[in-house]
Amino acid sequence: MAQLTLPKNSKIDKAAGKTFKAPAGAKNVRAFKIYRYDPDTQANPRVDTYEVDMDACGPMVLDALIKIKNEIDSTLTFRRSCREGICGSCAMNIDGTNTLACLHACGDVKGDVKIYPLPHMPVVKDLVPDLTHFYAQYASIEPWLKTDTPPPTRERLQSEEDRAKLDGLYECILCACCSTSCPSYWWNGDRYLGPAILMAAYRWLVDSRDEATGERLDQLEDPFKLYRCHTILNCSRTCPKGLNPAKAIAETKKMLVERRG
Amino acid sequence: MSLRSPLSQARGLGSAKDGVHHWWMQRLTALALIPLSLWFVFSIARYHLADYSTMILWLHNPYVAIALVLYFTALFYHSALGVQVVIEDYVAGEALKLGSIVLMKLAHFALAAASIFAVLKIAFGA
Repeated sequence: MAQLTLPKNSKIDKAAGKTFKAPAGAKNVRAFKIYRYDPDTQANPRVDTYEVDMDACGPMVLDALIKIKNEIDSTLTFRRSCREGICGSCAMNIDGTNTLACLHACGDVKGDVKIYPLPHMPVVKDLVPDLTHFYAQYASIEPWLKTDTPPPTRERLQSEEDRAKLDGLYECILCACCSTSCPSYWWNGDRYLGPAILMAAYRWLVDSRDEATGERLDQLEDPFKLYRCHTILNCSRTCPKGLNPAKAIAETKKMLVERRG
Repeated sequence: MSLRSPLSQARGLGSAKDGVHHWWMQRLTALALIPLSLWFVFSIARYHLADYSTMILWLHNPYVAIALVLYFTALFYHSALGVQVVIEDYVAGEALKLGSIVLMKLAHFALAAASIFAVLKIAFGA
């Protein structure tokens, strides 16, 4: 259901933002403007400004966030784990684009570094979005190998060519950057599966070892689950891993046309 | 706040097992509209200063009448499919969504019928 404007209690209170000044004597100062929301108060979200001495900070946006949390304001809340682009935890909107804070260099941002949570998701706190529905949608496509043939006594064999079909798909880390950049997912995310989940579904559709391709296509053929994709391509543009969910969705649509002859 | 599990909410009412026909017809009508629209625009540009009797004579040509009927069929079919997507994207609430789609489709049928009838009436007229 399209929700084109923010509810009253989600609008940013521009007057409430605090500024944390850089320590005196810092030469290389950059301002980080960060979305803050605390569910424990009744207050609307605000944007706080943190001035960071970049001479005493690592190069990535995540380094700056960790420095802010450790040294300036310990109440700042965000997810992070691996700090090398493989866990997908630190997905957020940086400088207007969904990306991973650990892979995005502060030097690539012009002016102040603006950091918001992933767009159009319920916010748990600060930069932490509620991804419950996203994960449930992932579970709904049953992302595991399905076979009716009894398991072989050794590995299930796959030719090199068939294995190559999974390249560009299996690397997805489910960070949700793509899905939350997609207007169709913003307006109809309750039913539309979104690029990340549809690419995961396609990963199983093209797996030569899987025996449930037809049932998987049955599950996807739906005006809302699949066909809300209008090839806007925000997903492929924003993917911090350089993957192409839009292509996977297009291939899925082609498979559906192919099977009706 | 729903007490249904997240998986239950994600699955919803399940797959409609429908949508590929809509998608495919939208592509096919788009393809058909490329030559038909070009022909229509060029024809109108050529005849836009012509008088009434010249236009009537033009429409009496069976090839022109057939091309116009094809054009209007493809045009209103394609438009109905496209507007349906827009409604599904942006109209909130199931009742309003369904009502808008039904009204929109009926309007497209009526417009298509009126256009095609007009072409045939002239084509078969004296």
